[in-house]
Amino acid sequence: MKVSIAFAMALLIGVPAFAEIDLSGNWSTRQHQDWQDRNPGPEAVDYIGLPINDEARARALSYSASLLSLPERQCLFYPPQYVVIGPQSIKMWAETEPVTGKTIAWKISAAPDRDVITIWMDGRPHPAKNAPHPYAGFTTGVWQGDVLTAYTTHIKAGYIRRNGVPSSDQATVTEHIMRHGDTLTITALIDDPVYLTEPFVLSRSWKLDPKVQIPPTPEPCSPAAEVARLDGTGAVPHILPGANSFVNEVTKIFHIPQETVMGGAETMYPEYRKKLQATYVRPEKCIRYCCGWEGRDAVDTLKDCIGDYRQTPGLSLPSQGLDK
Amino acid sequence: MRYAKIRLLIVAGVLALPALQAQPKSAKASAAIDLSGYWVSVVTEDWRWRMITPAKGDYASIPITPGAKKLADTWDPAKDEAAGEQCRSYGAPAIMRVPGRFHITWQDDNTLKVESDYGMQTRLFHFGIWTAPGGAPGWQGDSAARWEIPRNRVGTGSVAREVEAQGGFGSLTVETTHIRPGYLRKNGVPYGSKAKLTEYWDLNRETNGDQWLVITTLVDDPEYLQEQWVTALHFKKEANGAKWDPTPCSSKW
Repeated sequence: MKVSIAFAMALLIGVPAFAEIDLSGNWSTRQHQDWQDRNPGPEAVDYIGLPINDEARARALSYSASLLSLPERQCLFYPPQYVVIGPQSIKMWAETEPVTGKTIAWKISAAPDRDVITIWMDGRPHPAKNAPHPYAGFTTGVWQGDVLTAYTTHIKAGYIRRNGVPSSDQATVTEHIMRHGDTLTITALIDDPVYLTEPFVLSRSWKLDPKVQIPPTPEPCSPAAEVARLDGTGAVPHILPGANSFVNEVTKIFHIPQETVMGGAETMYPEYRKKLQATYVRPEKCIRYCCGWEGRDAVDTLKDCIGDYRQTPGLSLPSQGLDK
Repeated sequence: MRYAKIRLLIVAGVLALPALQAQPKSAKASAAIDLSGYWVSVVTEDWRWRMITPAKGDYASIPITPGAKKLADTWDPAKDEAAGEQCRSYGAPAIMRVPGRFHITWQDDNTLKVESDYGMQTRLFHFGIWTAPGGAPGWQGDSAARWEIPRNRVGTGSVAREVEAQGGFGSLTVETTHIRPGYLRKNGVPYGSKAKLTEYWDLNRETNGDQWLVITTLVDDPEYLQEQWVTALHFKKEANGAKWDPTPCSSKW
């Protein structure tokens, strides 16, 4: 009888359910967008679709990938916004308060070359402006319905594209983490008063997969000089203004005008398409990374794609280590 | 005997509860989030495959089957145009990827209408009990929709009030089938007649007042995809339709 009354009362009152959904698990990457950027890497000069300013463009044009061979730079981590920019699967789990069981933080780990992101859920404030900037930045979160919204500050300077487009230590990131069944989507809005004219927004999705292996912590990294440098000790690889020999490659390969390749917020909006209509001529045939989809045939087709562009007269593009 | 009557009353009350609570509200009235208005696609991903028509044979990022590749290799935009098939890349699995603007309104209390300026397509999302009309499949297929209400909005407690005060949260799930075969990408990457589209529409509000619509899209196609094609797109809300620019389908540009 008591049970019946309690049951009836529960129905009448309408007890609020849990205040959050479970995001924990191993989430497997799906590189069904921007495969080239996230896997072999973007072209050396390709800033299309990025709302960058002139300062960011100038820095990107001076970037040499050889910079990463310097011992002091070999173990630098990617900034936390790479959770959506990079190609990796991610692991999420909750840290709970041992007595109450209440979630005090959500954690995101991803790859050996980036730190674990901690999203504090206990209401703690962000550190003072001049506090140290750790690799993962400092992140707090709040539930908005079933969406976990996270806000990251205190980020180290880094990049927003692997070809050297910079992000500053004043950048902040707002992330909306949305789960629908076995699909996870994260939308990141990256603000940067130093290098962006408006937020750079990216959305990516993952699928729940208990079989995928994701390191819960970054791996130890030991810098080593494996190849003797020809330009002498102390040299910092760079490209001087006006000397970047890669500026025309996207135009040569994909027929995209050079001014478009230089990016800027204008290139993100639909009306820009009409601007291109007068000048763009579709290439007859794809010659680079044409069939780089994931799946059963990925390895073979990737080799085919690499082979394709090398046979094209007039193009001399650097190997990116994918032809082995 | 007295307890038996009370028990009977409670049981009767519990059984009658659904009928008392079941005051049918329309999809419009029960909308978890307000999607109405003008939305612009902000193309920061897959730019080279969305903003311009890519070269023949450029299939990067899509997990197509060898059969799909074989078919896509025969793509002929001039032939499509001559055959009146210039809208093949504007079907439901691809339309939200076109660089354009979308106008969302309620066609009636249970039908949400999504129009695109680029390609001039119209999608209709049917809520509740709806029967597809049948007949030949159209580019936008048949879409059944439902609101997903966050758990913490259920009930009448303080948590629910707090969530309501922020403007309400939730998402929209749309499942689309019976789609006329077309292209996932403008350069002829095909989807077939058995393709199924599942979409999750989330609305995120920023502290500066901006609103972003995020659509997670899952395309299943046993004929032309090796695995489910998973993508996510984002759209920014605009104040009005000042930049609305109806442009017909084109297979060449």
